[in-house]
Amino acid sequence: MKSKLTQAFNQRFFSSKSKKDGFEFWVFVGPLVLGLFIFVYIPIIWGFFLSFFEARNTVTPTKFVGLTNYIDLFGDTRFINSLETVIIFAVIIVPITFALSLGLALLVESLGANSGVFRTIFFIPTACSYVVASLIWKTSLFNGLPSGFANNILWVINEINPIAWIHTTDPPYYWLVLGTVRLWLQSGFYMIIFLAGLQEIPRTIYEASMVDGAKPGWQTFRHITFPMMRNTSISVLLLLFIEAFQAFDEFRNILATGGSSGTQILARPPLVYLYNVAFQDQNYARGAAGAFVIAALIMVVTVVQGRLFGFGKTEH
Amino acid sequence: MKKLKTTFAATPKYLVLIFLSLLYLLPFYIIARNALMTQREVAQFDWLFWAKEPQWKNITTLLNDPIANMRVGLKNSTIVSIAQVIGRLIISSMAGYGLARIKYKWANRVFFFTLGALMVPSAAIFVQTFLVVSYLGWVNTLAGLVIPGMFDVFSVYIFRQFFLDFPKDLEDAAKVDGLSTFGTFFKIVIPNSKGVFISLGTLGLIRSWNSFLWPLVIGQTRDTWTVQVVLSTFLTAQTINLPALFMGAAIGILPIIVIFFFVQRYIVEGVKVSGLKG
Repeated sequence: MKSKLTQAFNQRFFSSKSKKDGFEFWVFVGPLVLGLFIFVYIPIIWGFFLSFFEARNTVTPTKFVGLTNYIDLFGDTRFINSLETVIIFAVIIVPITFALSLGLALLVESLGANSGVFRTIFFIPTACSYVVASLIWKTSLFNGLPSGFANNILWVINEINPIAWIHTTDPPYYWLVLGTVRLWLQSGFYMIIFLAGLQEIPRTIYEASMVDGAKPGWQTFRHITFPMMRNTSISVLLLLFIEAFQAFDEFRNILATGGSSGTQILARPPLVYLYNVAFQDQNYARGAAGAFVIAALIMVVTVVQGRLFGFGKTEH
Repeated sequence: MKKLKTTFAATPKYLVLIFLSLLYLLPFYIIARNALMTQREVAQFDWLFWAKEPQWKNITTLLNDPIANMRVGLKNSTIVSIAQVIGRLIISSMAGYGLARIKYKWANRVFFFTLGALMVPSAAIFVQTFLVVSYLGWVNTLAGLVIPGMFDVFSVYIFRQFFLDFPKDLEDAAKVDGLSTFGTFFKIVIPNSKGVFISLGTLGLIRSWNSFLWPLVIGQTRDTWTVQVVLSTFLTAQTINLPALFMGAAIGILPIIVIFFFVQRYIVEGVKVSGLKG
């Protein structure tokens, strides 16, 4: 009995293998676990707790208020508008970026050995920041003055009068400005992902289809290329969607006016709303509540989208 | 004859490609053009293709302008992105190796713990992260800008996958030679994994250098502004000196563009792996 206990005890605490491996494991993985704990899990728990309290000008809870923050949030038209804005934005930007990136990939792929230069050109914008791109779009490309690039082109073509691209609400030209920024910045990145997907498709499938009489072009694309890139397409769609829902930089830099306050804004996506509430009104509790709603929305739609397309079925 | 025919068939495709290329390069041309012009030239009605006399002095005007704060921005962005990338590479590669190679009874639980963090859309919970960073007293500090961004589960998974495919013979040989797990990792595994380090490193560098929301929230005082915050503040100011603003943009993207050209092959590899995310 005693020897059995000692044996078990020795195995538990002095077995060279389990002790050494446990120590080594934590040295390697510990920093990550600690970091995720402090910067992901504690914030979520703290934020969740805080969202049921009042917390103005302080990040610590002051008074329990129950669901008031959530009720106020959904009673705030600015928040509801921000959800509408981001849905419109995602509906515009996701399919267009998807189609353009895929189109660029097909074009570049078809060049074979000569593709290098074009691939680089379409890919360079990836190195650029949203702030710099917003700056170019706002003060030069779509500057509302006659000296703006787009207005210059319109004048040269047909003496069309200058358009105030950013401040015209009817028609809402600012969507064109916002959409093209993101398109320019993102399409090269997703083109590379599609190119990787295209290269995964075995050549033999195309050869076999040629033998069966399929014509190269649309038919081949429709029945072979596109279905073969199912997983790539789904993951691109999910990534585009997640990024669109977290849009902040271009809205803040292109649409915010009136100094740095950024209070008057034509279209305000959820993250800009949260920024305004948490960092300008200093209402951290409502900011935290709002962030949960947005994060939950993104996660739910991601899962639903994944299920809808059957993502993961082939992965595991 | 056949050759001639295919060349003609390919012409529209090349026209489309050249037209698109010009569109994609247009913003870069505009940065360079405006950065070297005088204020009068930028504002003039007729589009001037290039400055009559390139205003190189715009560089010194910008760097010496105390309101623009560009020097501070450049210094902070350099420190923040390099520190963040090095920290992230060390933490992710070690965690990836631990999860791939070290047997431990809790390994599965730890893996699910990291998976949970991966599912959370990180930008959407920036208010929550701010609460903790503010409690730590890291608002308006470089630590607050750098450290929260060092824990990236996605990089960990890429490293883990990479190390799972790493030739085990090499590691076993190192162990036979008397190297510990640490010795094996630092002396054998890392030197043979340069590609994945450069890929994730450069992609991370681009991300850190270009990030805006977090630096805007954490760097509220002028001495903690990054380049992106400097440019954004410049852009929303009441009166804008456009050539100086564009010179700022040029200086702001130049380091990244240079790196981009040197290691494009590795960045492409990194992006391909990013496609697996989701």
